[in-house]
Amino acid sequence: MTTSHSLSGTDHPVDGASRPSENAGNAPLSAGDQARADTLSRLGLEAEVPGTPSLMEIEDLRVDFQLPDGPVPAVKGISFTLNKGETLALVGESGSGKSVTSTAILRLLPELAEVQGTIRLRGEDLLTASTRRMRELRGNRIATIFQEPMTSLNPLHRVGRQIIEVLSLHRDLKGRAARNKALELLEQVGIPEPARRIDSYPHELSGGQRQRVMIAIALACEPDLLIADEPTTALDVTVQAQILRLLKSLQKRYGMAILFITHDLGIVRHFADRVCVMRYGELLESGTTHDVFDNPQHDYTRMLIDAEPSGEKAPVASDAPVLLSARDVRVSFTIKRPLFGPKVAFEAVRGIDLDVRRGQTIGIVGESGSGKSTLGRALLRLLKSKGQINFDGINLSPLDAAALRPLRSRMQVVFQDPFGSLSPRLTVGEIISEGLRVHHPEFNRAQRDAKVCEALDEVSLDLSMRNRYPHEFSGGQRQRIAIARALVLKPEFLLLDEPTSALDRSVQVTVIDLLRDLQARHGLTYLFISHDLAVVRALSDHLIVMKDGEVVESGSTRAIFEAPSETYTRELMQAAFAPDLG
Amino acid sequence: MSHTTPTPHGHAAASILDGKPPAAPAGDSLTRDAWRRLKQNRAAMCSLVVMAVIILACLVGPWLTPFELDEVDWDAIGTGPDLASGHVFGTDVNGRDLLTRTLHGGQISLSVALVATFVSLVIGVLYGAISGYFGGRADNLMMRFVDIMYSLPFMFLVILLMVVFGRNIFLIYAAIGAVEWLDMSRIVRGQVLALKKREFVEAAHALGVRDLQVVTRHLIPNALGPVIIYVTLTVPKVILLESFLSFLGLGVQEPLTSWGVLISEGKDMMETAPWMLLVPSIFLAATLFCLNFLGDGLRDALDPKTR
Repeated sequence: MTTSHSLSGTDHPVDGASRPSENAGNAPLSAGDQARADTLSRLGLEAEVPGTPSLMEIEDLRVDFQLPDGPVPAVKGISFTLNKGETLALVGESGSGKSVTSTAILRLLPELAEVQGTIRLRGEDLLTASTRRMRELRGNRIATIFQEPMTSLNPLHRVGRQIIEVLSLHRDLKGRAARNKALELLEQVGIPEPARRIDSYPHELSGGQRQRVMIAIALACEPDLLIADEPTTALDVTVQAQILRLLKSLQKRYGMAILFITHDLGIVRHFADRVCVMRYGELLESGTTHDVFDNPQHDYTRMLIDAEPSGEKAPVASDAPVLLSARDVRVSFTIKRPLFGPKVAFEAVRGIDLDVRRGQTIGIVGESGSGKSTLGRALLRLLKSKGQINFDGINLSPLDAAALRPLRSRMQVVFQDPFGSLSPRLTVGEIISEGLRVHHPEFNRAQRDAKVCEALDEVSLDLSMRNRYPHEFSGGQRQRIAIARALVLKPEFLLLDEPTSALDRSVQVTVIDLLRDLQARHGLTYLFISHDLAVVRALSDHLIVMKDGEVVESGSTRAIFEAPSETYTRELMQAAFAPDLG
Repeated sequence: MSHTTPTPHGHAAASILDGKPPAAPAGDSLTRDAWRRLKQNRAAMCSLVVMAVIILACLVGPWLTPFELDEVDWDAIGTGPDLASGHVFGTDVNGRDLLTRTLHGGQISLSVALVATFVSLVIGVLYGAISGYFGGRADNLMMRFVDIMYSLPFMFLVILLMVVFGRNIFLIYAAIGAVEWLDMSRIVRGQVLALKKREFVEAAHALGVRDLQVVTRHLIPNALGPVIIYVTLTVPKVILLESFLSFLGLGVQEPLTSWGVLISEGKDMMETAPWMLLVPSIFLAATLFCLNFLGDGLRDALDPKTR
């Protein structure tokens, strides 16, 4: 059934000898079998087709979490098959049960999860296997890489030791042999200077390099199945493409199957052989990537595919008044302050000029560490900076906190993390009305309440929710609350710092629509910071590309997207829209 | 700069214009919410009742018992619990009624615990929050002061106070309070250092909220969990510290007594008069037990997530 994949027996240079029998079943299928297999897979009913080299079968998998308030189903009876050497993408938004499924395969769910059904790996039922047997399998036959390369490595151990740990556990390699194998693995995953890097600590590596180390650990025992749970979500787009390319090439080399869990359909299209779409713990649709993308059967799948933000913003008149202007803005952070000698500082923003006109949306894009968020905070005087910042003709630089306070109601901010930007011990009403207490101390309780309702209504949230606490809301709702908090003061200028990055694609689209709608209604001016080019294209009319604290390119959004003049901009767009995954 | 609001959501807009926003389900302030949640916690509520009974008994009990604190009953020296003579919990080796002394001792122990914990709570939380929030040089200076206070030997401090102010029960309060807030300020500072980098604090800055408001509305409420747990640990520590001071002759003096003193006296008579150890110990243990349950309940009640 692996239609697009070129896997064959001869692709196993390393371990072909150790597992010769497995490749026998990989002979090309006859045309009839192929058609039948495709039909079955379209229906989600993967019957055992003669000659199908299936590696893992999941049948009617159910996971219920036994909570004090009663059982909560997380996975409601899903079945699928994973073949040897293929890539199956498990796609769904948050809460769809995709990660629960992968954790169930590893049998690493918490005690309160009740798992039913069967999970068979090479015919062996994993759900009834002994704990000891599972330990043998984990990291050995089934390997995992996680989303957060920052936290999945132990910060106290050198990376080499963490690779050797797996080798000594499952391969019984010790001493020099283990170290040589670890070096070889680091070289395979493309870590530069592996002989030096093997003795590095995780914090000395970049995010992409850490993820490469995680992959090296996963591959140490040449697993049959690699579970990749959002392995690139935390990485920059250009790094993301590199990591995916690496996974593809290693898959070819080792012939392992990849269960790829993601919410990002853009990656799936280029990466997976087959796709399973999940929602609310149910398997809605499965089939070859080609079929699912070209001819989605389920409305939800279609919605996910179409959930790419669309539209664009018309530029403002060139003589529109300038609301915010910045000249030579510089921000530096003190890294070390020795008792004697000069301070060691790092300049995160290096002399940026910027003019934001009324009604305009300026998009600032850049990868992590480009200084885009720092610039945004400096413009609002949330950070100390050098250079001149004018807001509506008022020079902000010499003002102190008290003098800035009246201006604060005119410029507001919405942050990225809808979970971190709302104080967990205040109700939604208190959160939104906080600005009113500062800027309209004359309001009484009822007046404040009325304003809160007005703001909640603007962002289309249920007014009766205002006495609830933030944790009771979903990510998209929380972001609406954050927007309401900014809007209640009727600002003119809104700094949007990655407001959609932490949201599911389908929610993202509604938040973008809301932002667009609010801009049209109130003539708001936006500074939109994002690493997501698709969102920036949909929202902004002017674009600034940043790298290492400097502007790489700036101009009208349409012009830059049509013809980027700088190499870096081209690289970014290539990685975001048409990754070449080999 | 104010813009009109032609909202497309007519239904809700109408009610806003009426000036009467629709009613929302109850539960507005954190304290009222917390009280409601605490009431649902059976262990915490039982503890609260038991604590209240103990406190009330200690306050009014000594007047209700037929004996005085220092009254010696020559007919009953070192006798066990006996209803007939009126010594319900027996007497000590000097023939003084143990119940009266235990309740009286409770007054001292509980008030020391209350005052010292309150002082450590108020000073420690404010000091730690301010130090952590402002950071930099202020933090450095404030924390070095804490270091200096730590390095002063506790006994030296107490003796110094005695020399300057003379012997006084309130000195115990002051001495214990002066030491106990140090730990609290460290704990709160650590919490605040982590919290102040969160985006909701930054959002408050962007709204122009004043520093003091940021500390009291955003930082302290979110640091409460560890603070409450630490308070429940402070109370037994303080009660034992007081008995230690009294043992050295620096604390309460005869005929006054406290639970700590009673227990240490009872310990010596454990084999011949076990009630002398058991009675004050049961009171102390019950109080600490209740405090722990109450602390757990409070921590959960103050966290909206455990609804």
